[in-house]
Amino acid sequence: MNFSEVFKLSSLLCKFSPDGKYLASCVQYRLVVRDVNTLQILQLYTCLDQIQHIEWSADSLFILCAMYKRGLVQVWSLEQPEWHCKIDEGSAGLVASCWSPDGRHILNTTEFHLRITVWSLCTKSVSYIKYPKACLQGITFTRDGRYMALAERRDCKDYVSIFVCSDWQLLRHFDTDTQDLTGIEWAPNGCVLAVWDTCLEYKILLYSLDGRLLSTYSAYEWSLGIKSVAWSPSSQFLAVGSYDGKVRILHHVTWKMITEFGHPATINDPKTVVYKEAEKSPQLGLGCLSFPPPRAGAGPLPSSESKYEIASVPVSLQTLKPVTDRANPKIGIGMLAFSPDSYFLATRNDNIPNAVWVWDIQKLRLFAVLEQLSPVRTFQWDPQQPRLAICTGGSRLYLWSPAGCMSVQVPGEGDFAVLSLCWHLSGDSMALLSKDHFCLCFLETEAVVGTACRQLGGHT
Amino acid sequence: MGDWMTVTDPGLSSESKTISQYTSETKMSPSSLYSQQVLCSSIPLSKNVHSFFSAFCTEDNIEQSISYLDQELTTFGFPSLYEESKGKETKRELNIVAVLNCMNELLVLQRKNLLAQENVETQNLKLGSDMDHLQSCYSKLKEQLETSRREMIGLQERDRQLQCKNRNLHQLLKNEKDEVQKLQNIIASRATQYNHDMKRKEREYNKLKERLHQLVMNKKDKKIAMDILNYVGRADGKRGSWRTGKTEARNEDEMYKILLNDYEYRQKQILMENAELKKVLQQMKKEMISLLSPQKKKPRERVDDSTGTVISDVEEDAGELSRESMWDLSCETVREQLTNSIRKQWRILKSHVEKLDNQVSKVHLEGFNDEDVISRQDHEQETEKLELEIQQCKEMIKTQQQLLQQLATACDDDTTSLLRDCYLLEEKERLKEEWSLFKEQKKNFERERRSFTEAAIRLGLERKAFEEERASWLKQQFLNMTTFDHQNSENVKLFSAFSGSSDWDNLIVHSRQPQKKPHSVSNGSPVCMSKLTKSLPASPSTSDFCQTRSCMSEHSSINVLNITAEEIKPNQVGGECTNQKWSVASRPGSQEGCYSGCSLSYTNSHVEKDDLP
Repeated sequence: MNFSEVFKLSSLLCKFSPDGKYLASCVQYRLVVRDVNTLQILQLYTCLDQIQHIEWSADSLFILCAMYKRGLVQVWSLEQPEWHCKIDEGSAGLVASCWSPDGRHILNTTEFHLRITVWSLCTKSVSYIKYPKACLQGITFTRDGRYMALAERRDCKDYVSIFVCSDWQLLRHFDTDTQDLTGIEWAPNGCVLAVWDTCLEYKILLYSLDGRLLSTYSAYEWSLGIKSVAWSPSSQFLAVGSYDGKVRILHHVTWKMITEFGHPATINDPKTVVYKEAEKSPQLGLGCLSFPPPRAGAGPLPSSESKYEIASVPVSLQTLKPVTDRANPKIGIGMLAFSPDSYFLATRNDNIPNAVWVWDIQKLRLFAVLEQLSPVRTFQWDPQQPRLAICTGGSRLYLWSPAGCMSVQVPGEGDFAVLSLCWHLSGDSMALLSKDHFCLCFLETEAVVGTACRQLGGHT
Repeated sequence: MGDWMTVTDPGLSSESKTISQYTSETKMSPSSLYSQQVLCSSIPLSKNVHSFFSAFCTEDNIEQSISYLDQELTTFGFPSLYEESKGKETKRELNIVAVLNCMNELLVLQRKNLLAQENVETQNLKLGSDMDHLQSCYSKLKEQLETSRREMIGLQERDRQLQCKNRNLHQLLKNEKDEVQKLQNIIASRATQYNHDMKRKEREYNKLKERLHQLVMNKKDKKIAMDILNYVGRADGKRGSWRTGKTEARNEDEMYKILLNDYEYRQKQILMENAELKKVLQQMKKEMISLLSPQKKKPRERVDDSTGTVISDVEEDAGELSRESMWDLSCETVREQLTNSIRKQWRILKSHVEKLDNQVSKVHLEGFNDEDVISRQDHEQETEKLELEIQQCKEMIKTQQQLLQQLATACDDDTTSLLRDCYLLEEKERLKEEWSLFKEQKKNFERERRSFTEAAIRLGLERKAFEEERASWLKQQFLNMTTFDHQNSENVKLFSAFSGSSDWDNLIVHSRQPQKKPHSVSNGSPVCMSKLTKSLPASPSTSDFCQTRSCMSEHSSINVLNITAEEIKPNQVGGECTNQKWSVASRPGSQEGCYSGCSLSYTNSHVEKDDLP
């Protein structure tokens, strides 16, 4: 495993282009585009203000930079550096900006969710969509980029509109049986739309592309409900994480719950492997599980090493006592992610913040639990294989695969606190982001690990 | 204790009496001076008595004393101290010998009395201590009683308190429940209120938004603009098209196309899954058939518990050819049939496996000494009856013996003793007769029992034959009835005929066995069947099949010959250990070994078959 040198970064804005060739990162009001392989700067654009949001267009030709404070969006072309485009939302303000899947339209949401403006880069035309709902996840595009679903609120009722992205024609418009819709999400196959209600009520509805209600699911009443939702890449399963600390898996044929994953603080099943991160001073770390330590030239050795120990069941995990009289209590399943092959599901229970749970979807049981020394910030699956990267805001990167676990110290002067990470398309590298720096991590041992995974896990 | 005392020392009490008498008599003595003294020193006699006696007689009153003593002694039954008077006037002489004798006797008496006294004293002491002990016991028990009484009161109090507590808790629970109900109501009302408020707020918010929208959007905001160098081409290279009804329709079409594609894809997947499952099912079915078909010719006893199941085997065999086409039929028409047949087969398999399990466990338990032919019920009934009889006989014998003893003990008078002898002899003879009679009865019973077992064996065999007959008949019936598949009805008929013939073979084989059971009904039909098979215009494939079938049937007949012994076995499996005892006794051991060997090999072969893929 190799690490690149450290580059400057602000606001954690660093993104690989969808084609995997470029890497865009922001430093204050400058946008830097680098080549992924050489890390040489290809382009450098200067925006009008501090960039708050960047997004690559689907064809990797354009990048939009949003400056919400100024109500501005600037678009840059990679092929024509001199080309520029500036969209000003004026006094209406701006709270969100995103590309349409074709990469030629930009959807800007004005302040107070008054409307969504659709700006075209091809024609002068400007379209407006009124009554967008102010919610967590109100816009979702199908994976093929054909359709957009939009949550709306009119006359105290929730609606969903489905647009054809090619000409922004309204295809379907229907009201949903929700109190206060919170999120919508297309299934990866683009035929089913999951719609879930506010956290005050456990309710998830499934609509077909043509607006028919396929099914409704509610696990319980009178308690805080859904916290997170994730589709499996195969569109076969819908995982619903809720405030009661459980993940419920719905099946795509019957839309009924097939299993329920509880996240208890003690793990008793002897089949589950529990990895516990343990800190050790380097002198003592003889048989450590961690990856071959970074090359001597890469940086000074860390003062302490961490490694994973396999704890024997029963294991009790560190729990957080939630403050129940405040909004957004730290309980329930806050993070959910399926592995790209749909074989594994990684979850985090917010009142056991140090642990990542990995579930085997084939056998519908708990596969492994990783308990870190500090709360888990983010985890993300390798897009190519069942391999999970985890960061905890410390200077280490953690990787899990069915074959095992490892923790890697990020080299560099001082501590490189990894706050976020994102995988490269190929799964060969990833960007590690700290508060004001980022570096790339190259997993050259990928082949070895990969084969090991395949042999052990029997997947792919 | 008092009892014991009186019984053990009857003499002692009389002695004491005499003493008291004696002392009272002393009062009447002439020397009444000393009577006081005597009374005072009545208990410590030992020394004072001597002094008393020394003072009793003086020089002056020798005569008087002697006569007094004489008088006294004679009243006590001693011989007189005087010699017997020869004449009336002659003065009676003192007989020294008598005096000495008397003295001696008195001394002995005295010693005895002392001893007795001592005994009485110790007795008294003992009794006193006993008394003390009993008193202490009594007091202790009294204390105990008191404490237990107190305890009881305490427990009662506690019970009362607990009940009180319980009542309170119940009350509390009720209150809590009420509270919960109330809270739930509150939650519900709050929820509705919240929703109402939210709606109100939202309306206001919407109004404001509308206002804002008008303010911000309606006046031409110069700032809202896009500053672009030049418009870029569309990603697909085409030009944007006007929005018309056509595009709308096209979009609709496309959407439905996508949906359709998705459904088709899903259907394909499901079909694939279905096909795979069908394949598995088919394979399993085949395996089941192959597993079950050789059996059905072997253990006929299966008919006992599942008369209908054997038929399905044959049906399966018959349906084999038509299977392939059946898979392609839509599910609805075949589903029921399929599930039924599979269920049947599964039941057979299950029962068979269970049987095998039983056998294995039985074999392990009992070793290899089981070979009775009779069905379990008969067996049990028979043994029960016989046991009852034996019990009765035993009881009779016992009562007789008791009577005998009573007779022997009852007449113990001297007068009857003479008569008793002759009576006894008579009785003895009669009893002997009875005894021999009983023995004979017993022997008869034994014989009867043996005959019963034999009869039962025969019965079992007969029953088996009958069962087979019934099975074959049912099979035919069923096969004739089954409209398995309309297009294959010919096949079915053919097969039923075949199966009939094969069964006929079996029957023939069975009829060779010793028992004579009329097969008139079944004998008639198979012949017809065989004729039918011959007369049928057989296509090449069916004729082939015919051959194989006949081969099979031959096989089966051989099997049947071999198996007759095995067939017995499941019955013994059911048999109880108690039943085994006499069956073993009634049969020679060599046979046992042979049979058990058979059953063993049988089970082994089936186990092997089960292991086959």
